[in-house]
Amino acid sequence: MLVFSLRSLWNRRFVAGLTVLAISLSVALILGVERLRDGARDSFANSASGIDLIVAPRGNPVQILMATVFGVGGTGTGMTWDSFEWLEDRPEVAWAVPIQMGDNHRGYPVIGTDASYFEHFRHSGGQPLTLAAGTILTGDGADAAVVGAEVAARFDYAPGALIVNAHGSGEVSFELHDDAPFTISGVLEPTGTAVDRMVFVTLEGFDALHAEEDAPAADPLDPAAMPTDDHDGHDDHGEHEGTEAKHSHEPDRINAVYVGLIDRTNVLGLQRAVNERPSDALSAVLPAVALAELWGITGTAERAMQLMAWAVALAGMIGMVVMLSATLDTRRREFAILRSVGATPNRIVALIVAEAAILTAAGLILGLVLLTAATFVIDPILSARFGLRSGLNVFGMRELATLFLIFWAGLFASLIPAVRVYRMTLADGLSVRL
Amino acid sequence: MRALHVENLTFNWPGSENATLRIPNLSLAQGERNFLFGPSGCGKSTLLSAIAGVVDVSPGAILVANNDIGALNGGARDRFRVDHIGMIFQVFNLIPWLSALENVLLPCRFSKRRLARAGEDPAGAARHLLGELGLSDTSLVSKPASELSVGQQQRVAAARALIGKPDLILADEPTSALDEAAKAAFVDLLARECAEAGSALLFVSHDRSLEHHFDRSVDFLALNGGAA
Ligand SMILES: Nc1ncnc2c1ncn2[C@@H]1O[C@H](COP(=O)(O)OP(=O)(O)O)[C@@H](O)[C@H]1O
Ligand SMILES: [Mg+2]
Repeated sequence: MLVFSLRSLWNRRFVAGLTVLAISLSVALILGVERLRDGARDSFANSASGIDLIVAPRGNPVQILMATVFGVGGTGTGMTWDSFEWLEDRPEVAWAVPIQMGDNHRGYPVIGTDASYFEHFRHSGGQPLTLAAGTILTGDGADAAVVGAEVAARFDYAPGALIVNAHGSGEVSFELHDDAPFTISGVLEPTGTAVDRMVFVTLEGFDALHAEEDAPAADPLDPAAMPTDDHDGHDDHGEHEGTEAKHSHEPDRINAVYVGLIDRTNVLGLQRAVNERPSDALSAVLPAVALAELWGITGTAERAMQLMAWAVALAGMIGMVVMLSATLDTRRREFAILRSVGATPNRIVALIVAEAAILTAAGLILGLVLLTAATFVIDPILSARFGLRSGLNVFGMRELATLFLIFWAGLFASLIPAVRVYRMTLADGLSVRL
Repeated sequence: MRALHVENLTFNWPGSENATLRIPNLSLAQGERNFLFGPSGCGKSTLLSAIAGVVDVSPGAILVANNDIGALNGGARDRFRVDHIGMIFQVFNLIPWLSALENVLLPCRFSKRRLARAGEDPAGAARHLLGELGLSDTSLVSKPASELSVGQQQRVAAARALIGKPDLILADEPTSALDEAAKAAFVDLLARECAEAGSALLFVSHDRSLEHHFDRSVDFLALNGGAA
């Protein structure tokens, strides 16, 4: 029966091919949208894993999360080093990592931080950052830089290479800090998160860039020597709290702090304490809550995309029904002949349903092929632009369920021409009037 | 055993007032070749549909190889048809996207009896039949049926009706699309192959010039009391 249907379809291979193409496009779209969404969510959730609280100048939680974790956009005017030390000394805080932002390296965000970042950052379910080559920022001097895997691969960076950063977070910037180069000390292993597209420098180095701006007369050949002198005046912030030993360099202002707690259940209490701190207008953001809020915002667009994808699927199904139905009249003779050689009306209905099954199944398979091909092409672009990967995921249960749903929809749709053909064969018998 | 026995058959098309068929008696012995003639629209095709079990008739009215067609239900009639009857139509007898050979083998695909009676090698039997009917060219036989001439298509249809030696062959004006010379040749070949297969032949036509090829000839108007 299947062979018979195949032969019959082959006879109409052009129209059949178009029908299969329509179905396959819808399959690729539906699964593609899902994978993209899952990829984005995983990637975002992975990037923020391990951080209990993000403290930043008062602002919108989603904006703070996007800026501090994904290097997209910026936060408000900086928070004081005092606030950082206050946080660090809170009893419920296990660790606190200072973050400075606002510069870019050839379009990739530059983060000013210290070695504690690499000690505490976790991604993809608790994995620490590991080095592919070189060393992290400690003991490498103020001009040391660590680059993410993506950045290293894109520009062919290896430890020892000199890089120059630019002010602002835009893709194109003419205001290069080319008088304050950094030397790459380490390259990170790929994580599949935003870290891959970041450049990390020391707090000292980050400040040095902006010190250069303020003092153009400084000696460009010795950038590392500059900031310690220039920022001498800030050291007293640490002195009266007695923590000067912890941080070799204490910047005037920072953009955010990643906080890890000893006991996570204290997170709400700390959040309240941060929000109520009188000397500095701060926000404490729970990454999970901000993410949920973010998905709430993007959810509408996602649903619109999904709706579109399913609409394309519907169009594909309608196309198939049209194709099968349109040929019925010209095939009346064919059915009469089959009846004359003993085919029951049920058998002829089965022929039509089998044709629909073949078209739909071919559409599903071609759709998966298209999707895989598209993933190969689009993934590197997505990964470079947004640090997310839709991934050549192994088949999820949900995808399988989607495919089944489409297959059954195809069979179900074929009942429309099938019922017609059943009535027709019974009415026509063998005597089709010509 | 008679290949066909019709007794007190009446048939109305749904919605029609008069009986299209009212046939008191019509019989074909095994292997007998019968010519049935009558003008267009008098109900010849309807009679063949009734014999083939495509339309509903009352039990006892039609026996094919001693089987009561009217007593069989739908699916059983379809199976019975292919087991015992070969059919040839006026035109468009073939599935266009199957080759000539595959068209001939169709009954064997749907009927175990026809398959069994076609012998060890059904494809060989089909080729033999096609050869007997003047289609021995291998390339011709494997071509899609749609690429054959009308005369060739009718001969392929004849081979399909004959394969697996059915008890009865129903031919509904199979020559009306052929020219004069081809007509006579076709009927000759068909008659010879029916004799070979031992199948009875009920050949319907409005063209009495073919009458002399048959054992017996029947005037449909005289036979059918129902025709207006
Ligand atoms: N499928 C059908 N439904 C209703 N009436 C039909 C059908 N087929 C034929 N008839 C009617 O039955 C009568 C006999 O037709 P038919 O058997 O085709 O004649 P013939 O084959 O002798 O030319 C005609 O009046 C025709 O209109
Ligand atoms: Mg007729």
